[in-house]
Amino acid sequence: MGDVDAGRIAELEEMARLCRVDIVKMTNAAGAGHPGGSLSAIDSMVALYGMVLRFDTNNPSWEDRDRFIMSKGHASPAMYAILHQMGVLNEADIMGFRTLGSVCQGHVDMNWTDGVDFSAGSLGMGLSFGLGCALSARMDNSERKIWVMVGDGETQEGQIWEAAMAADFHKATSLRAIVDRNRIQNDDFMGVQMEIGDIGAKFASFGWQVKEVNGHDMKSLVDVFQWADSSDFGPIAIIVNTIKGKGVSFMEDNPEFHGKAPDNEELERALEELS
Amino acid sequence: MSAPSNGGASRDGYGRALLRLANDPRVVVLEADLGKSTKSCHFRDEYPERTVSMGIAEQNMMIVAAGMASSGKIPFASTFAIFTERAFEQVRNGIARPGLQVHICGSHGGIHTGSDGSSAQSIEDLAIYRSIPKMTVMHPCDDISAEELTVQLLGIDGPSYMRTARNIVPRTYDDESKLGLRIGEGSVLAEGEDVAIFACGVMVERSREAASILQKEGVNCTLVDMHTIKPLDEDLLARLSRQCGSFVTAEDHSVIGGLGSSIAEWISTNNPIPLEMVGVKDRFGESGGTSELMEKMSLTSEDICKSVRKSINRKNVP
Repeated sequence: MGDVDAGRIAELEEMARLCRVDIVKMTNAAGAGHPGGSLSAIDSMVALYGMVLRFDTNNPSWEDRDRFIMSKGHASPAMYAILHQMGVLNEADIMGFRTLGSVCQGHVDMNWTDGVDFSAGSLGMGLSFGLGCALSARMDNSERKIWVMVGDGETQEGQIWEAAMAADFHKATSLRAIVDRNRIQNDDFMGVQMEIGDIGAKFASFGWQVKEVNGHDMKSLVDVFQWADSSDFGPIAIIVNTIKGKGVSFMEDNPEFHGKAPDNEELERALEELS
Repeated sequence: MSAPSNGGASRDGYGRALLRLANDPRVVVLEADLGKSTKSCHFRDEYPERTVSMGIAEQNMMIVAAGMASSGKIPFASTFAIFTERAFEQVRNGIARPGLQVHICGSHGGIHTGSDGSSAQSIEDLAIYRSIPKMTVMHPCDDISAEELTVQLLGIDGPSYMRTARNIVPRTYDDESKLGLRIGEGSVLAEGEDVAIFACGVMVERSREAASILQKEGVNCTLVDMHTIKPLDEDLLARLSRQCGSFVTAEDHSVIGGLGSSIAEWISTNNPIPLEMVGVKDRFGESGGTSELMEKMSLTSEDICKSVRKSINRKNVP
């Protein structure tokens, strides 16, 4: 590990920039959506899709693909952006986000979008779903890994901890949780709404291996995901410390942009910053 | 149809069906610390590698089942009927919305469960699951039909909910008559012209008693075991509404939203004939013996007889 060359990291950083452009553009076009948590999670998703995840863009439903479960389903713009950059979705698809008949539904939906493995939208369920995928993979003697993107606010849901308990009990070695620790939820900062404290320690107490990294440092993300991918000792939780709205100054650390799309003027400013 | 003399609880039929389904390697079983009660324990004994213990955590169980279904398994997840309700939103959003083939069994449904009291007596499960798009909803009456219908679930490409009951009741079916059972088709146990009684679960046996009492009074009843509440057998309703001209429903469930409601919805928009509903009248249960509770909640064969007489009389009101 740790041998990814600087050129590849630069390519991934460029891909993350293009994803951020997609995120602000599609939420602006829809006049709705969740840019903040999409911008915080996108670097992790680029590192994962770019360097680790085994899947086939020409056959997104390949049975033995690794699974990516977007449990924080409101961050759907990040999912659509990555699928766009990977060539599964086209520009027209993502710009139809949230419109009638669009393959890009408001919250990620496995029945509407190729390459989406889980129908999300109600928080707290994705880790359980990933556990089900992991148990099935073991029954099938498959090597596939199951990655679940969980929001930090989402860990307020009790079901996350039901899943954490069960994943350890059932020795779900192929299960990987990425916790997007941006410290902001819908209404306000978690410190105001409901601070959960040391999420890593809580997973560790349930028997998980835990790593914590800077969620916007591409090299660190690639390193930790490659390590987790090659490890046979799961379940593993990776806490990625992030900034909500990362990459667009007026959205950064701003609870207002959890669930608000940029207007035309804001879009222009955002695109300037991202150019 | 003459009733076989021995009795059986529908939950035992579920347990036997799982063993029959084990031939299909896709079948997996999930339980939430109630396998001895729901009877999934027999599958666990034989196939521990395909049984997943989820502990007392029903919400997690439902979505783990969904994840397994998305990976090509056919999960059968069971707990008490009332505790499936705790995970209603998981069933709605995580199982039914993506159309995953997860089969949920809620045992110990209804007032019939008895002395555990109101917290354990699910009387709204059929109503809430019936409201979910794409779900098959069933409530068989005895162990033989529960076994047969559970086995048939393998052919249903979508989610289902089946309520079973705790207690042994006299059997309605035998090994021969069970062969006529089909998911989605009401099972006609007797044909008569005066009224059609539609019953599900433990109320089927009570309806058979009622029909026999009424026959002595010269009232000829059609009797239907409406084991499938959804999809509703509309062809049968159309035929019997013409044949009988009055309906009675009988269920160990709230009169709000269950079998009675589903038939009321059908007749009000298709063929408005008199309908009387026997069921729990918008109240919770309580502790007690099964028989005395069924009497207190007006769920006896005599209550069905009264409703039949009333429904027939209403036919003559201009």
